[in-house]
Amino acid sequence: MSLSNLASTLSSFINTDIQTAMPIMLAATGMVFSERAGLVNIGIEGVMLMGAFTGVAASFLLGSAWLSLLVVIIIGGILGLFFTFLVETARADQVVIGMAFNLLGLGLTTMLNRALFGMNTAPPKIESFTPLHIPVLSDLPFIGTAFFQHSSLTYIAFVLIPLVGFIVFKTNAGLNLRAVGEHPRAADTVGINVIKVRYIAGMVSCMFGAVGGAYLSMSQLNFFTENMTAGRGFIALAAVIFGKWSPWGVLGAALLFGAGNAVSYLIQASNSQIPGQLVLMVPYVLTLAALAGFVGRAVGPAASGKPYIKE
Amino acid sequence: MKFKNIVIPVVAIAVALIFGAIIIAVMGLDPLLAYESLVQGAFGSVYGVTTTLAKATPLIFTGLSFALAKKTGLLNIGAEGQLYMGGLCSVLVAAYLPPMPMILHLSLEILAGFTGGGLWGLLAGWLKVRFGSSEIITTVMLNYTAMFFIAYMVNGPIIEPPGNLPQSKPIPPSAIFPSLIPNTQLHLGFAIAILMAVFYYIFLWHTRKGYEARVVGLNPEAATYAGMNKNRLVFLIMFLAGGLGGLAGSSEILGIQHRLFQAFSPGYGYDGIAVALLGLNSPIGTVLAAILFGALRSGGDMMQMVAHVPLAIIYVIQALVIMFVAAEYLFRRFGGFKQRAAKLLKGAGKHESV
Repeated sequence: MSLSNLASTLSSFINTDIQTAMPIMLAATGMVFSERAGLVNIGIEGVMLMGAFTGVAASFLLGSAWLSLLVVIIIGGILGLFFTFLVETARADQVVIGMAFNLLGLGLTTMLNRALFGMNTAPPKIESFTPLHIPVLSDLPFIGTAFFQHSSLTYIAFVLIPLVGFIVFKTNAGLNLRAVGEHPRAADTVGINVIKVRYIAGMVSCMFGAVGGAYLSMSQLNFFTENMTAGRGFIALAAVIFGKWSPWGVLGAALLFGAGNAVSYLIQASNSQIPGQLVLMVPYVLTLAALAGFVGRAVGPAASGKPYIKE
Repeated sequence: MKFKNIVIPVVAIAVALIFGAIIIAVMGLDPLLAYESLVQGAFGSVYGVTTTLAKATPLIFTGLSFALAKKTGLLNIGAEGQLYMGGLCSVLVAAYLPPMPMILHLSLEILAGFTGGGLWGLLAGWLKVRFGSSEIITTVMLNYTAMFFIAYMVNGPIIEPPGNLPQSKPIPPSAIFPSLIPNTQLHLGFAIAILMAVFYYIFLWHTRKGYEARVVGLNPEAATYAGMNKNRLVFLIMFLAGGLGGLAGSSEILGIQHRLFQAFSPGYGYDGIAVALLGLNSPIGTVLAAILFGALRSGGDMMQMVAHVPLAIIYVIQALVIMFVAAEYLFRRFGGFKQRAAKLLKGAGKHESV
């Protein structure tokens, strides 16, 4: 392979990596909020799926990608409100409700998809987020293909990382958020409204999750298929843990896990002897190793998973 | 089981079915026809009933798996992965050991399935005891690890020659679970599942270890105070719960599929959570809830055919049932509110009469 060939393979690999990492990164960034507040939402898979469908359906009906993104965010917020209501106000088990969200997402999107688009038909053409052409930058050799041929949604997602990092670690709101996840009773004593913080965190995380799903169906691809998230919500959960509950860590984890995916595509396409399934296993094994302390200790917020009951 | 306890699941099912009917109606379809064909499909014939019980079989195992761990205060989300490892171990014994008498073959493959799933569950227990890792997260990670491991196995090491399809070779007749009723899907696995429900009852309520498990689940501090070794109990329970999950995979592969292929479970492990929840972690309740979910699956096909309602509606109904049961606190609070309101009204009435 010549050097220029290698460079072009590598640059398109980075491009694919970034695209596969984005849905995971968006959902995981949102989960930094909810996990930090003490909410464990394993239903993010279902939320992503509903976001993916909502994006395509809204774009089909409204004819605008940006408007449908707004609809996706609203739906995500409603789902987050519903989730937090069930686990905080109704004090239901977070894991159980998370599972129910996954089932609900799968059931509703499959049904609505058939109702709206019919069965076995070609996917409708929708307005989606297409790669932007940035003058000069996009035309640069290597760097252009790798970093500057992405959709606007990708750049927005990247901007969110430092923003979320700033909010969680440098502001009062972030301090309150972390206090609620570590020691809700103490937070309550100093006058933080624990329930309110959890509602906001739950809603924000589901908004991110829904947008992550919509990225999948409107930027990485431009159609919806049944169960298209295929476990990405769980990878996002792994990315939060592997990324030690920080947005920068999440970015690294998502790019790493995305690279794993991109590698397994390459392997499948090239008919190589390396088993792609074992590569797909890597994110989960790494996360298990992190949980066991082999790859840097991963310790989550102390008050995870329990509803706060005021005395 | 107290009557009061049964009210919530029954109300939850009723409310979920009503919501489901509304969704069907909104889609412009006939909800009555849909439910009629669902019941007809699930219970209207010998074929329907046996299919319902066959579909309930893996759910009884995974439901008991979640329930057993829950009774000990552990959340085993890992039945899905345990199921895959159980299926793999059973197939290895079933298809790759030299020929042997049926009774021996069946016993060995069941034992292998239980052990495979059990060790996978034990791994999560070990991570919890040794490193303090939450079993909720580790079991989720182990599910995907197991799923991709099975995919790897049937694409490589145990692919059926010449290797056109990603599946293992079929298991020999002596390894297949015999039918309980000839020419139906109902197989030995269902009988084993019922037996496990009985064992579950005996273990929890009539053995010393089972008693300790329940104490740890109800009050971990009291258990420590009473000198119970909590860590060893976590190992034991995660092994047993994993074993039950493993049997779900064994019974599906040995009773229905007769060979291993990737992604053979449509989420039986996760459905087990709903089954245990709806069955209030009791053995009878779990079996009944599994049969209900089995009926939704077996009747769903008929519903799709006759009433044109997509099969996916059963996921929605299942999700709603879980939400209503899990949010029972809300019902109780609402119930309490009604009682208070009644009291208040009564008081107001008295006041007026005075």
